[in-house]
Amino acid sequence: MTHIELRGVQKFFGDVQVIKDMNLVIEDNEFIVMLGPSGCGKTTTLRAIAGLETIDEGDILIDGKAVQHLKAADRDIAFVFQSFSLYPHMTVYENIAFPLRATRQSKAEVDRAVRQMAEILQITPLLQRRPSALSGGDMQRVAIGRALVRSPKALLMDEPIGALDATLREEMRTEIKRLHIKQGSTTIYVTHDQVEAMALADRIVIMNEGVLQQVGTPDEVYTHPANLFVAQFVGSPVMNVAEARITEEKDEARVFMPGAEHGFPFPRKLIALLEAGKASPDAISLGVRPEGVLVEREKREGYLPVEAHIIEPLGSHDIVDLQIGDRFLRARTKSGFVPRPGEQVWARIDPAQAHFFDTRSGNSLGVRL
Amino acid sequence: MTTAALDRLDPQARAAARGWSDIKIRNMFIIPTILFLIVFNIFPLLYSLGYSFTDFRASVNAPASFIGLENYRRLLSDPNIWRNFTVTAKYVIVSVGGQMIVGFGVALLLNRAFPFKGFVTTLLLLPMMMSMAVVGLFWKLLYDPSWGIINYALGLGRFDWLSNPDMALYAVAITDIWMWSPFVMLLSLAGLSAVPKHLYEAAAIDRASSWYTFTRITLPLVSPLLLIALIFRTMEAFKSFDLPFIMSGQPTTEVIAIRLYKMAFQEWQTGLSCALAYIMLIVVIAITNVYIKYLNRVKER
Repeated sequence: MTHIELRGVQKFFGDVQVIKDMNLVIEDNEFIVMLGPSGCGKTTTLRAIAGLETIDEGDILIDGKAVQHLKAADRDIAFVFQSFSLYPHMTVYENIAFPLRATRQSKAEVDRAVRQMAEILQITPLLQRRPSALSGGDMQRVAIGRALVRSPKALLMDEPIGALDATLREEMRTEIKRLHIKQGSTTIYVTHDQVEAMALADRIVIMNEGVLQQVGTPDEVYTHPANLFVAQFVGSPVMNVAEARITEEKDEARVFMPGAEHGFPFPRKLIALLEAGKASPDAISLGVRPEGVLVEREKREGYLPVEAHIIEPLGSHDIVDLQIGDRFLRARTKSGFVPRPGEQVWARIDPAQAHFFDTRSGNSLGVRL
Repeated sequence: MTTAALDRLDPQARAAARGWSDIKIRNMFIIPTILFLIVFNIFPLLYSLGYSFTDFRASVNAPASFIGLENYRRLLSDPNIWRNFTVTAKYVIVSVGGQMIVGFGVALLLNRAFPFKGFVTTLLLLPMMMSMAVVGLFWKLLYDPSWGIINYALGLGRFDWLSNPDMALYAVAITDIWMWSPFVMLLSLAGLSAVPKHLYEAAAIDRASSWYTFTRITLPLVSPLLLIALIFRTMEAFKSFDLPFIMSGQPTTEVIAIRLYKMAFQEWQTGLSCALAYIMLIVVIAITNVYIKYLNRVKER
């Protein structure tokens, strides 16, 4: 049972503030992923929780007890490093046994725990090898084994699979998830890879420039991004964003892309919702993910004529760049749906998948259609 | 680019233009060195091996006569030679042991960030750069029983260091420790700074105490370099001549190299001293081999 809480945490490196007023509550057994571009402060936050980094202000509470003045060893938290940090002069067995031996556990107890951990991670045949004779994936298994063997209060992982190649990364991702379901321990996981974050997290914590942007389940941050940064950081390909002009017609609203002759039809209640969100009419940005752009090959009600520019065939689907006004909208279509570039097709925006943001602050206007 | 410009840029091209091949250039560098080594090292080595089986005396104008292993038999059954070896062993253990402890200890203290670190490190290296003879003479002054600063600083009154048969060897060893600890320190510092910082972080996370971290992480990872320092210092200390020769004439400080010197250049027993030199060489090679075997085992990790 471990509950971690950050209250008003601030951290400076010289004049640069790397963590700005961070507040976060992590529940017992939760798998939290901290996501953000490099240099956003996520690793520093993680190291601060572990006690490898001091903080300048605020409290870090573990099970309600302030720990920011305790050394790493006294916080009873395990940490998996991106560089694995295995002890190069020890065998796999000795590496996993290290935290137990360091706290003077009995020989029989150490042996039992190490063998059980090796069994869980399926590395029993490797126990007598040295780290230099292991593959990247096995090194990380050993590092995780060393972290979990003493049943720590929480497991912190700093880009643990970032150094592995793509196929192995996917395999290890599944394995980490499986292990979390089986062992169940409060986990904080740092990554810059949004796919990894979506796949693993119970809740994602998105950071940028030391500021917490949004905390939510993968579904929440994907379907209801709190601001433009989250909207464009999560999801691949990136969400289309453009400043939009909105007009009111007799029974519908119309959303115009910059330089476009015609506007996309939206339900009339959009106008009221934008007003309720206190949007200033000249600073509204429309955001729509590629799957929210619907494409047809013949004219249909509410569809606008657009020209296909670039087609990226990705196998399972295509990404098509459609020109409308002076902008391109990236749309996701079935493979080969638009046969060749230069073709005229018809497109509309699915109102249920459209997001509206305040252009100046970048914050979501909270419109849900 | 003109060919002249090319020549300036690439020495190989320039040499090639003069018709010199790589092999010719290699020979020009290596052959003089090899000749030098043969004339001044290999030849005397083999020649003295020959003398070690004779009763040759460089002071007597008589041809050397072959006496087989008689010189070796005489030396190895001479209790005085064994006494010299015992003195040497004592000297090696005390001075190399002291250097390892002091050198590694100071390296541990220096292995962190503090103001003027580079300057302090350089100052600490100075003893190593001095001439043996100068160091010996100065320490003789420092040790002087009536006005030496060591007795004054330690409040020992008229304590006898160098003319005291029980103390002289240790006094010389202390000087050697002062002089050569910086060498061990330098190698230890290189080893310590090569231990990745993240291993210490991992050990802190694994709740290891500082002592446990030191014995299980720091020491094993630095040990290859410590062993190299140990090999060098043992070899040097085993052969040491200058310091004991300059500082003390006591029989208790007569290390094997001094005995050899006296045998060769005061008693003029050239053949016998060649045999002793060979015994020394074999001992040094044997000790070094033990260390190197151990070093290879450590490095395998």
